[in-house]
Amino acid sequence: MALHEYIWLVPLFPALCALVNGLVGARLPRLVVGVSASCAVAASAVMSTLIFFEVVSLPPAQRILADVVICRWLDAGSLQIEVGFLIDPLSILMMLVVTWVGLLVHVYSLSYMRHGPCYNRYFCELNLFVFFMLVLITANNFVMLFFGWEGVGLCSYLLIGFWFEKNSASNAGRKAFVMNRIGDFGFLTGMLIIYFTFGKFGFQEIFSAAPSSLVYGGSAVTAITICLFLGAIGKSAQIPLYTWLPDAMEGPSPVSALIHAATMVTAGVYMIVRCNVLYLMAPVSLLVVAIVGACTALFAATIALTQFDIKRVLAFSTISHLGFMFMACGCGAFTVGVFHLMTHAFFKSLLFLCAGNIMHALNGELDMRRMGGLGSIMPATCIVFIIGTLSLAGIPPFAGFFSKDEILYSVFSSTHSLWPSSGTVLWCIGFITAMLSALYMFRAMFMIFFGKDRTVNKAELCLNERSACVWAPLWLLAAASIAGGWVGAPWFPALNFFSHWLAPVTEQGRLLIASQGSREAVSSIHHSILFEHIFAAGSVLVALAGIGMAWLFYMRRPDLPDRCTRFLGPVYFLMRDRYRVDELYRFMVVHPLELFAKKVLWKVCDDILIDGAVNGVARLALRCGVLARRMQTGLMQHYALAMLAGMTLLIIYFMAFT
Amino acid sequence: MLSALMFIPCAGAFFVLILPRRHDAAIKTTALAAALGAFCVALLLVAGFDAASERMQFVELHPWMGDAGITYYLGLDGLSLPLVVLAAFFTPLCILACWDDVKRHVKEFMVCLLLLETAMLGVFVSLDLFLFYVFWEAMLIPMCLMIGIWGNPDRRVYAAMKFFLYTMVGSVLMLVAMLYLYVLHHAATGVFTFNILQLHETLLPRETQLWLFSAFCLAFAIKVPVFPLHTWLPDAHTEAPTAGSVLLAAVLLKMGAYGFLRLSLPLFPNAAVDYGAMLFAVLGVAGILYGAWVCMVQKDLKRLIAFSSVSHMGFIMLGISAMTITTLQGAVLQMINHGLSTGALFLLAGMLYERRHTRMIADFGGLFKVMPVFGAIFLVVSLSSMGLPGLNGFVGEFLILMGSFARFKILTVIAASGIIFAAAYMLWMFQRVMYGAITDSANEGVRDISRRELWVILPVVICIVWIGLYPKPFLKISEPTVIKLVQHIEHKYRLNVAQEAIKVTGLQFPVDSYFNRPLSTGN
Repeated sequence: MALHEYIWLVPLFPALCALVNGLVGARLPRLVVGVSASCAVAASAVMSTLIFFEVVSLPPAQRILADVVICRWLDAGSLQIEVGFLIDPLSILMMLVVTWVGLLVHVYSLSYMRHGPCYNRYFCELNLFVFFMLVLITANNFVMLFFGWEGVGLCSYLLIGFWFEKNSASNAGRKAFVMNRIGDFGFLTGMLIIYFTFGKFGFQEIFSAAPSSLVYGGSAVTAITICLFLGAIGKSAQIPLYTWLPDAMEGPSPVSALIHAATMVTAGVYMIVRCNVLYLMAPVSLLVVAIVGACTALFAATIALTQFDIKRVLAFSTISHLGFMFMACGCGAFTVGVFHLMTHAFFKSLLFLCAGNIMHALNGELDMRRMGGLGSIMPATCIVFIIGTLSLAGIPPFAGFFSKDEILYSVFSSTHSLWPSSGTVLWCIGFITAMLSALYMFRAMFMIFFGKDRTVNKAELCLNERSACVWAPLWLLAAASIAGGWVGAPWFPALNFFSHWLAPVTEQGRLLIASQGSREAVSSIHHSILFEHIFAAGSVLVALAGIGMAWLFYMRRPDLPDRCTRFLGPVYFLMRDRYRVDELYRFMVVHPLELFAKKVLWKVCDDILIDGAVNGVARLALRCGVLARRMQTGLMQHYALAMLAGMTLLIIYFMAFT
Repeated sequence: MLSALMFIPCAGAFFVLILPRRHDAAIKTTALAAALGAFCVALLLVAGFDAASERMQFVELHPWMGDAGITYYLGLDGLSLPLVVLAAFFTPLCILACWDDVKRHVKEFMVCLLLLETAMLGVFVSLDLFLFYVFWEAMLIPMCLMIGIWGNPDRRVYAAMKFFLYTMVGSVLMLVAMLYLYVLHHAATGVFTFNILQLHETLLPRETQLWLFSAFCLAFAIKVPVFPLHTWLPDAHTEAPTAGSVLLAAVLLKMGAYGFLRLSLPLFPNAAVDYGAMLFAVLGVAGILYGAWVCMVQKDLKRLIAFSSVSHMGFIMLGISAMTITTLQGAVLQMINHGLSTGALFLLAGMLYERRHTRMIADFGGLFKVMPVFGAIFLVVSLSSMGLPGLNGFVGEFLILMGSFARFKILTVIAASGIIFAAAYMLWMFQRVMYGAITDSANEGVRDISRRELWVILPVVICIVWIGLYPKPFLKISEPTVIKLVQHIEHKYRLNVAQEAIKVTGLQFPVDSYFNRPLSTGN
């Protein structure tokens, strides 16, 4: 039996560990809880690496393996759902990212959460998260994917609200869950239409049947893909459902690193790449994906520019980068989207873990205005933070450069069938965003690690950089943030392992659709190598421009930001207040709904209308009774009179009608 | 076997009655033993049940009032078995749950509870319409007493009266319809009978069906309750003692849905398909949203759970209206699911009430810190109630939505949006009760769940997880019965349509050729 048939072990390890830690963890020593949780994820990581090596030894055409079906989960009428796993290059790649980043975050948490309460609850929930995430990415059908999809949402809710005594934390958790549920509603609707059209849920069955049974660009496939994309909008925090992610920063920093940067929020991108066949058949949806992604990327970057909370900056940066990934997918460059997903997972989780270090060093301080000059106090954190920042800004040879440049390049060279100039317009947005991301990230870096020491609240001995649990994950992630991009470097064919690796998954759709003779929703123009080089140079230059601006504003002329602020005035405040979208939602949706429920439905409809009618009938019966009782006067004359009247009426009736 | 099941609680009630009043412990133990005995019998029934057969099993048929065609006729199929087990499962838990809670008139309370169990089981196992009606009405009395005597002092009489009158209005009309159906059956076949299975075969003209359907459905719709006939429910649920709320939610509401499946649909398929389906689908979906929205603004914990019932039962109504195998299986499963999760929620609310003597959500807050085990269980149950995949609630809702979409597209999508609001009100409630810092000093000393309470709630939680993770065995039980039901409805519907066509045109033509595809069952 081949190794990959034991793929179910990969999610099983963390699930079992979560179960044990959840049930008896409170009675176990902390060390046992933490180490066992990390070991479970390590086992999954090793297992997925072994599967990777098994698959990589196969020729590319055979790398999409047969589904590993465990059992039939449900059987009702024509609805049949099985528990099965899909092993293909995409799911293996995601497994590697999730388990290895997950492992590093677990190890980091061993030290980070050491002093807090509820150690076992933390590791139980974190393990549970890894389990759900692994189910999500290895599922072979939509229902199982949805199981993982909602499960990670649950864990995210629990971990955001981990410090439940803080009202802001529990509010943020709830907000995240409800916002996600709005997306899940879309996902569920998508599943309804899928089941209605195909009668099944298996990925392979649906994708191979789709080109022949759906009309290219037809309403069915468009509806399915738009609904699924709504799910992705919720999960991956895109406009208009992005507002939960900044608030999610109430959770512990390792949680932000793992869930809200590296893995869960990328589930939307994964799902779209998984369904690339369907999206390629729906040009409208593809365009929507691209536009929403591009707008989110720019929008979030402008907000990130004005935030002072270090984790909020990172959160908006995550939203912006997710937008980048969606933009790539919308332009048909699925491989590149996943490539950026991977590199982003490395550098963003690195940055979040650094933020965790900083918070520990400053007694939980998050405001960058009260930092500065930390480079001399925590040099190791400073160096890895710089590595992460360079990677994010897109400076070669760091990982982020390769994926970001690839995205800009593939967006630029793509032509959408519905909007021929889409490539150029979207590229412009991406280009500006690339500059902004270099700017806001270097702004953060300068404010935190350089310049004057503005700290007010330094912890005495919390600089835990030396602990192996802390530096090992940081340096490993830093290494990945440097070298992680080389696998996808486009100019060295020998090194361009990445796109070859994913090709079986992403080309499958194109081939299937081409075999049906449909048009291509997006086509791409091939440019010369020289052009690619010049293009890459442009990307680097714009990033450098962003860095230069940051240096000018925050190192050279620290008075400039204030003057800019005054110059921009209300625009700046709008940006700093995140365009007041939260307030808008509260005012436009939440309050009216509450008011409607309270005043109209409950008070008027229930209490007045329905109960009024019910009680009214009761009262009517009572009145009738009272009336009838009055007739029983007990006086002979009254009865005789009534009898007489009755008889008269009867006589009249018979005389008149017979 | 079924008689034993039904009358063990009844015998228990008798024993409790003859026990001296001062022996509280003995009374409770006897009652618990009787309820557990019934549960053991229910388990034996499960073990002996042949899930592959669609036939009535464990049938007991004795003449009772011979001339009138009234018989003592009991039987069990895949539709009633889950509900019987549910009722037998929850009664001992309720007795255990109110062990220390009920302090006044313990003896009478236990008698009521056991008699209520007999009546509930009776409704589910009766195959004689008359018997069914007797149990249907009999169940009303102990329930009403429980609300009226052991309920919350402020509004218990109002709630009990409202519950009683609401239910009575429906059942009286049902009685009239029953008798009319009985007469019609006699006119058609020359046989007086209340045998439900025989009545299923009666063919009635569409107009007659419509009238009878309306009368039956009114009774069942009040019981479910279908929006807008739900206003008795929040009052009854809120004012009832814990055991009453639990049984009301877990079992009594299911009688309405059971009535739809056992009587309304198979007896009057034409009325059901042509008129009822659309009506109840719309009302069901209205109930889903209405219940969820009103939940969001509730201040009273039990009232919130009660309104969430309205929302959940809406899903069941949608499933019943769509009348496909998938949705009906989903509806049957959802009855169990709703029983488990709402029952568990009421049990938990009862535990909170026992500690703090308040139901107001605002009086709690920060309880997670002092009662972590309780909090974890409460969380699981709340998640199950809002339909998180992996727990039971999702499976039923999913089947219902998937099946209904083919029939009611827009409505199903609207119903699906219920998952958003369910998350909103459940998490909001959970947050206000469990999360945050402790603001009220009365909440500081609250003790975590006790061993007895753990015994009460754990079985429910285990079922919640079990159905969520592996629903197949549960669906297997109801599958043959549901398939038979769908076939029966289809078959009878077509026969009726064909007959009316004959009446209108005066032409004779074979039924089969009237339709494009052959009937699913022979005639």
